[in-house]
Amino acid sequence: MRIIILIKQVPATDKVKMDEETGTMKREEVESVINPLDLYAIEAGLQVRERIKEDIEIVVISMGPPKAKEAIKEAISMGCDKGYLLSDKTFAGADTWATSFTLSTFIKKLGEFSIIFTGERATDGETGQVGPSLSAQLDLPILTYVSKIKEIGKDYIIVEREIEEGTEVVFSSLPCVISVIKAISEPRLPTLAGKLRAREREIPIITLKDLGVSERDVGLLGSPTRVVKIFYPKLSREGIKIKEKNPERAVDIIIKFLEERGIL
Amino acid sequence: MKDVFILSEVREGKIHPVTYELLAWGRFLTDKLKGTLSALVLGDNLEDQLEELIFYGADKVEFFKNSELEIFNVENYSKVLIPFIKEKNPEIILASATTRGRTIMPYLAGKLKTGLTADCTHLDIEEDTGLLLQTRPAIGGNVLATIKTPEHKPQMATVRPKGKKPLLKDKNRKGEVIIHNINENFSSRTKRLDLKRREEEISLSDAEIIISGGKGLKNPQNFYLLFDIAHLLGGAVGASRSVVDMGWIEYSHQVGLSGKTVNPKVYIAVGISGAVQHLAGMINSENIIAINKDPDAPIFQVSDLGIVGDAIEILSLLKRKLEERKKRNV
Ligand SMILES: Cc1cc2nc3c(=O)[nH]c(=O)nc-3n(C[C@H](O)[C@H](O)[C@H](O)COP(=O)(O)OP(=O)(O)OC[C@H]3O[C@@H](n4cnc5c(N)ncnc54)[C@H](O)[C@@H]3O)c2cc1C
Ligand SMILES: Nc1ncnc2c1ncn2[C@@H]1O[C@H](COP(=O)(O)O)[C@@H](O)[C@H]1O
Repeated sequence: MRIIILIKQVPATDKVKMDEETGTMKREEVESVINPLDLYAIEAGLQVRERIKEDIEIVVISMGPPKAKEAIKEAISMGCDKGYLLSDKTFAGADTWATSFTLSTFIKKLGEFSIIFTGERATDGETGQVGPSLSAQLDLPILTYVSKIKEIGKDYIIVEREIEEGTEVVFSSLPCVISVIKAISEPRLPTLAGKLRAREREIPIITLKDLGVSERDVGLLGSPTRVVKIFYPKLSREGIKIKEKNPERAVDIIIKFLEERGIL
Repeated sequence: MKDVFILSEVREGKIHPVTYELLAWGRFLTDKLKGTLSALVLGDNLEDQLEELIFYGADKVEFFKNSELEIFNVENYSKVLIPFIKEKNPEIILASATTRGRTIMPYLAGKLKTGLTADCTHLDIEEDTGLLLQTRPAIGGNVLATIKTPEHKPQMATVRPKGKKPLLKDKNRKGEVIIHNINENFSSRTKRLDLKRREEEISLSDAEIIISGGKGLKNPQNFYLLFDIAHLLGGAVGASRSVVDMGWIEYSHQVGLSGKTVNPKVYIAVGISGAVQHLAGMINSENIIAINKDPDAPIFQVSDLGIVGDAIEILSLLKRKLEERKKRNV
């Protein structure tokens, strides 16, 4: 059995600078980390292996600039077996369609697998679209917002999903794509043994040529969307601040505020 | 003819009100394009709810009827929607940025090879090109981006709930209801086995008013105060990441970058400092009230009403006054 985990390297802070000409992020200038929400996808994969006690290979895949190798190494130090980095100048500037296309093209070449885990969304672009789009391109079932794996067999899985009305219990055949939310389990830390293993592990770099697709289908050229304008919202509001020694009066002010807004 | 489609949100056999917000956006765009606005509905016994969609702005309602469509299912829904979209070739498709919309839309866009912009807070039509301008926050709310899909159709967007008021209901509006009886043999590879409803609790994304707590609440017991007040106000309870990490309250209540994004009419932040990651999840609330004992807490920079004071003292009193009010009114 093989489990695939998709991870993205993202800027460590949210003070990202944007290139206003192209609408892309200046990724070189900031420190990068594994998308924090992808740690939960890694944890989910590792837990499935511990649960099934079968020979399961856990493969991490990331698309990104050469330094995204660090993210893959970190995933290996947490317990994943190996990783591939899809990296090519032509992949840059990809939107969610082009990202899913590039990832799914490689996954098709990789051969059989049971589950693809993704994070709920990346903390930079924040779309959460790559998992469902990828599942469409691979023609696989998609389970989003998964909070728990209840049962897993050779060719099926039963999970819980958090939706607006409550918790949904869903069955799916395998293989399938699963995007997990934080409730799935606290991610583990890298181990020393893992770090040593990661240091030695070669991370193959996959380029456009390896994928055998046209330059026009990947990266900025392959992206149906275009960022046309970037602007910075003003975070502050012209509110009033009241230092009220008398809590009674403070509460009256709150109640009046709620009345004026039609809440009460 | 320039068609605009909205995907109606059906939850447990009822058309959910977020659909009327989509219709308001749809109407705004359709009038600029001088086209037709269609509301797509999938499900079973919904016939008596379809006219509402016309009263709220649709020109056409396309109802796809089959008992297997009663429960949201990505594969079944796209089996119905993809051929229809390919046949009608709409300019624009909108859905709500809910767990349903955020799942089906990228799946459809993946199949249709077109662009999809997530979680839009504003939509418009570009004058000279007639293209959809989609504006959305990203990177923890630090950036707003306007995105276009210049060469692919349909142009697709999910729209953040509570971003636009529904149009006034107009019972005189006329429109067409088309019922498609679907005789498809659905063979989805996924199936809902059960739904454990969260009783009573109003979900964060639907709530008109949210009261959220952070470390300033001092101990987990004090969250009961928040729940009581939320109940009195008919709202929901949120939390900052630190208290979720400490296990004071479940993750499902977490608001912020790694939790939920909310935009209620009023957001009350109690004992929350206002780290940018928390702000990312609530900054678009219509009104923000902050209660914090630290007068320099960053939360005050984004609040419309800031109260410097002790959280517990104020909450206890607020609860009592709300209870008194309630007694007076019944
Ligand atoms: C604020 C904002 C909102 C957006 N919203 C949406 C949206 O709603 N829907 C949507 O579909 N798209 C969205 N995008 C994506 C957008 O349409 C563009 O495709 C995007 O701007 C590319 O931005 P980037 O800065 O991430 O580009 P890049 O930094 O080039 O990154 C794009 C992807 O390519 C990878 N990459 C970069 N260099 C390489 C390389 N050498 N080799 C391999 N991979 C590489 C990155 O790791 C990343 O996964 C959004 C972008 C921004 C900035
Ligand atoms: N460039 C990428 N490489 C690998 N996985 C990715 C990439 N972009 C997104 N993903 C995966 O898709 C999820 C959702 O990302 P997004 O749609 O960008 O918010 C992430 O949590 C990752 O698991």
